[in-house]
Formats: sequence, structure tokens, C-alpha cells
Amino acid sequence: MRRIAIAGAGLAGLTAAQELRRLGHDGELVMVGAEPHRPYRRPPLSKEYLLGRGDLTLHGADEIGATWLLGHPAIGLDLSARSLRRGRLPPVAFDGLVIATGVRASRLPGAGKLPGMVTLRGLNDANALRAALTTNPRVVVAGAGFIGSEIAATLRGLNLPVTLVEREHVPLRRPLGERIGAIVAELHRAHGVDLRLGRRIVAVSGTRKVEQVRLDDGTVLPADLLVVALGAEPQVDWLHGSGLRLDAGVVVNRAGLAAPSVAAAGDVARWPSPLLDGRLISVQHYSNAVDQGAHAARALLGVADTFDPVPSFWCHLYGHRLQSIGFTGADYRLHLTASEPDGRFLAEYHRNGHVVGAVTAGFVRHLPRYRQLIAKEDA
Amino acid sequence: MRVRVDMTQCQTHAQCVFAAPEAFALNDDDELVYDATPGDALRPVIEQAARACPVQAIFLDGA
Repeated sequence: MRRIAIAGAGLAGLTAAQELRRLGHDGELVMVGAEPHRPYRRPPLSKEYLLGRGDLTLHGADEIGATWLLGHPAIGLDLSARSLRRGRLPPVAFDGLVIATGVRASRLPGAGKLPGMVTLRGLNDANALRAALTTNPRVVVAGAGFIGSEIAATLRGLNLPVTLVEREHVPLRRPLGERIGAIVAELHRAHGVDLRLGRRIVAVSGTRKVEQVRLDDGTVLPADLLVVALGAEPQVDWLHGSGLRLDAGVVVNRAGLAAPSVAAAGDVARWPSPLLDGRLISVQHYSNAVDQGAHAARALLGVADTFDPVPSFWCHLYGHRLQSIGFTGADYRLHLTASEPDGRFLAEYHRNGHVVGAVTAGFVRHLPRYRQLIAKEDA
Repeated sequence: MRVRVDMTQCQTHAQCVFAAPEAFALNDDDELVYDATPGDALRPVIEQAARACPVQAIFLDGA
């Protein structure tokens, strides 16, 4: 392959590029990115970066010998011509392609676009949010998922008044299950978050900026800043009509390919998980961008084995850190195996009588053992 | 090969332990311990461990 294009200049795209070089690809590498920035670390954006700290450097971008086309995304894919369209900019022809365009933050439906309403996905978003914090705003966070919960915790660290609105009756119910969600709810309350569970926002109003947020039970919350953290949608609009199979992401086969010489990786990719009997899944965590980015490189070069990762995530809340291995969430049976008065705990997730995942605060040393166990049960 | 972890940066996210358990482990206090001079055969998994580190604290070969 002479020229490999990578659509998406984030962690998955960078990892794919590094792995291509490691495996000896000495042709051209073209990185096409929507953001004007070279790859950077996103995890700090909802944590210490909002407090004015945190280095976002990702090593390796300068060493891959790539051509960087940043600030404009690919807007179309022509599979037969093997070319990425970029509007008025010249198209990028390729012999091989990695799709790693990630996700974008979901918006609050019907809320319009009043100033004072923000989402958090990229560095520009984080800078805008950071700037908005300097005026001591009363904050409403919509959505108590990973990002919303972390933002609420970080802003409480700044002693800002935070109301956290969640549709489910506990935070993080789907990714962690009822019982762990209840632990997270207690953490939020203990740190002074005004937690509104089982509620959703039905209206946002203000004359020139956000002033009031109305909930479905009629409650009106005065607010200066509304942070919308209602999940994310895969960036696949540009692939409609391309012939690739799209199903809440770009679907790849077990070898990591969406079409001949076209791979996909990271948040945007969906694949049949052997660990979950072939169910199509996507894993929108840091660890998966690294694992699947490398796998996409091997897929393009024809040296990939079946992609069967054991994913992992972490979430920082008020000095506690939740960390997981494998598959977690409300779909699985939870067994709490340790629970200490100081808040440390360890829980397993079971599916059809087998352990498929675990989550902990304070017992990280047990996770490698679970990782082995989960990988082995698959074998 | 030589491996160095900047322990002032390490927050034990354990991603390196998952990627390369041959060279990285956690002790009973959830602290990272590692082999600073692993065999060259481990290079691919240790490079993957370095990439997987969310605080980018793993350095190879004197870097």
C-alpha cells in the first residue's frame, strides 16, 4: 500500500498510524482531522483541565512522518475511486483507509442555541467551558453519565453550585448497573450536588442567554450555565451512501475491515464481539481507541487476528476512582464481592453464569486477575 | 530494552498491566511495580503499554 489515509486525528487514528509504521509501512500516511489540533489526550478535559491544570500531550504524533490535513473533516467517501472528499479542498486518494472519526456530543433536543449552553467533547469545547466558569455561574448539568458525573464533581471542586439532572433513577445505570449507580448518587450528594433523578429537561429559557432550566415535573432551576452531557453520536453522516454498513457506527468484521482495505477503529467502530457471542458492540473508552487503532493497522496490512478486546475504563469522582475491566452494566448480574466503610468496593458482572466484567474503587490490583479470567472464558 | 515509568505521573490506571502483564504489575497497595529491563521480545507489548498509558508516563530506551 502506498498511501494510507486516516480519517480522524484522535487517539485511535494516531495509534493506527504508529502501528502501521511499526509494522513497516513506509508509504505515505495522511491524517485528516476535523479539529485544528494534532492528537491530544481527552480524558483530562472533564477533570483537571477545567481547573486550569493538566497536560494534554500525546506522544508520538511528530514521529509518524505523516502529512497532516487538519481543521477540515472528510465529508464523503468514494469507495470505488478510493478517495476522501473534502468539499472545496482537494480530495485525498488512498490505497488504504482507517476510519476513526469518533463521536460528537449529543444535543438537548428542542433547546435551541442560547449562549450559556455547552457540550464537552473536544479541546475547543473545554476551553469555552473553562472560560464560562470564571464568572462563578450557577450550573445545571444535563446527564449523569461518565462525562456529566465527572464535570459535576470537578465543578464542585471549584465550589460552584451544581444541579445534576438525570433521566434514570440512578446515575450511570446503563454502564454500571443499579447498585453501583446508587453508590455514585451518594457520592454526588455527599459533595453537595443537587441531584435530580428521574427527571429530564423540557425547556431552556432566557432573554439573551441561559437563565432558567425547566424540568418535566415543572421545577424551574435558575442557571447561568447549562452543560449538556447526554451522550454521544458516532460521526458517520459523511459515510451515508458510501456503501459501508452503518449501524450506530461503522460496522467492521472480525478482521477489523468495513470493506476491502478500509478499517475502522475507536469510538466510531462497531464490531461483533466474540466475548458476547457475536453481538455488535462499540466501546467508547480510551483503552479501546488504543487497542482497536493498533488492530486497524494490522487489518489493513492483512496480519490481524480476530479483534476480541477486554475493554477498560476509569472515572474520577471526588478523589475516588472507579475503574473497570471487561463488560459492565445493567445488562449483567452484579455481585458485590467487597464493600468497605471507607467507600472502597469491588463488584463483578456475570452473564450466563460467567464473569464478563468487574468494577472497583480502591481494589485495582484485582482487575488484572479478572482480565485473565474474562479472556480465558472466551478461549 | 530499558523501561522507565515516571512515578510522579503514574495514577495506577493499570492500563500497562493489562497490555503487558509480563512487565507491569500492581502490589497489595495498588502501586505499580515493573521490570525496568525486560527482554527485547516484549517490545511490541511494552510499546502498546506505553501508548495505552492515559497519563503518558512510560518511557522506553532512555527517553
